[in-house]
Amino acid sequence: MCKDMTTKEHTLKTQEFTLNIGPQHPSTHGVFRLVLTLDGETITKAESVVGYLHRGIEKLAEARTYTQVITYTDRMDYLSAMLTNLGYVQTVEKLIEIKVPERAEYIRIIMAELQRMASHMVAIGSYVQDVGITGTSIFMYNLIDREKILDLFEMVSGSRLTYSYMRIGGVADDLPLEFIPALEKFLDEVPASIEQYWALSSKNEIFQSRLRGVGVISAEDAINYGFSGPNLRGSGVDYDLRKAEPYGIYDRFDFNVPVLENGDSLDRFLCRGAELEQSIKIIRQAIKDLPEGEVIAKMPKVIKPPKGEVYHQIESSRGILGYYIVSDGSSKPYRMHVRRPSFINLIPMDEMLVGLKLADAITVLGSIDIVLGEVDG
Amino acid sequence: MSNDKLKDMLVADLGGKGEITEFLSEVVVTITSKELLDLANKLKSDKYDFDFLVNLTAVDFEENFTVVYNFRSLSNKTKLVLRVVISKEEPSLPSVIGIWKTADWQEREVFDLLGIIFTGHPELHRILLADDFEGYPLRKDYKFDSRR
Repeated sequence: MCKDMTTKEHTLKTQEFTLNIGPQHPSTHGVFRLVLTLDGETITKAESVVGYLHRGIEKLAEARTYTQVITYTDRMDYLSAMLTNLGYVQTVEKLIEIKVPERAEYIRIIMAELQRMASHMVAIGSYVQDVGITGTSIFMYNLIDREKILDLFEMVSGSRLTYSYMRIGGVADDLPLEFIPALEKFLDEVPASIEQYWALSSKNEIFQSRLRGVGVISAEDAINYGFSGPNLRGSGVDYDLRKAEPYGIYDRFDFNVPVLENGDSLDRFLCRGAELEQSIKIIRQAIKDLPEGEVIAKMPKVIKPPKGEVYHQIESSRGILGYYIVSDGSSKPYRMHVRRPSFINLIPMDEMLVGLKLADAITVLGSIDIVLGEVDG
Repeated sequence: MSNDKLKDMLVADLGGKGEITEFLSEVVVTITSKELLDLANKLKSDKYDFDFLVNLTAVDFEENFTVVYNFRSLSNKTKLVLRVVISKEEPSLPSVIGIWKTADWQEREVFDLLGIIFTGHPELHRILLADDFEGYPLRKDYKFDSRR
């Protein structure tokens, strides 16, 4: 004969408690703090705390010349340094109204797309590791391929991570003779390697069930929150700046923009994966059409853009990366603001987490793909 | 939507207030904080359909603070730059968080670094700097030891 366990003397008293994740935590990809209020394992309230990596780059930029600022842009999104460099130099070029030589434009496309691939490889690998499916195995496959890309970057710029390769008016140096053959060898080998990633991740049933339906954001909410990049395209919004507002010479290239409908973590992950293939397509076209010529326009020794304000944005691997520069005619920017995709992509996360379980917090955070250097600037 | 059509619509909606120019093929509207909420609601409406606020920042000029908004309309494929000029003695203006939720952290960042108050923002406190930080670093009169 069981006693009725729901009588007053037998009910368990429950209360919500606060759980603090970070700032030091292996799954937050940097110094990021997430304060969750939990009712059992269900999240009732989430609050993101950022700013642990704030370095005052916008203030520092006001005391450096336009060329010196390029090195700061590397260090914001350090996993996509070529792209952050590109956004900045194109903004200044827009203000100066200078034409970049053809060869430099094609080299920029090659570097930008290689960088997109490298960044997505880290995003995919670290995400699968966070979700915990195959531990570090997939991450190692991604990193092997990424190492080949970093070797290519080291060949042209001398650095593996923070290149400062893009310059105002073109690129810093021409491609060494070994570059194109090494690049072609890489492009021939990498598709087979990329196939291996999916067998252990997106084709894995447990991975799919952990991600499907988790962290859903509707298309309308995504646009209202300023979501961008593969995150936005995972919610069904076909908006990629390479097609919508072509910059550089992207309008000459034939490629697709992967868009998926469900708006959950799995779709954001799959969008990133699909972009790898498109980047390979663009690079091959760029190699084929690469002309001879100068790699940097004739620029004065001290760059002094005319007075004015300009905003320019590019499609970085994490989303829309924008630069707003105010020039007062001198050799240093009067004001530089960076529209950082990781910072803005985090805004909806607090609302997306409500109602999910604790383990899903890491799933959603990883699917947004942030880099703390960019969140905090 | 062409720039000329956009300028005509804005002239009509602003009723003579503000300044509308074009720079580097983008339409630039300069207004004061009084016209902001009204214009912002119109910009979000179907008439213009500026559903995407891509950038919100502010500049410390010598004579004033200027808060800059960059808009995109995904359906009309148009761009717009909105500049709101506010005084340095009373740096405050209405928050647009009720219209575009992306303004949330971007306004907090402007408040944190420049000390501009966005009235109506539910949680306007520091975001990037420490909670007990004193001063507003991006202001031109903020002194710091640069050691260079």
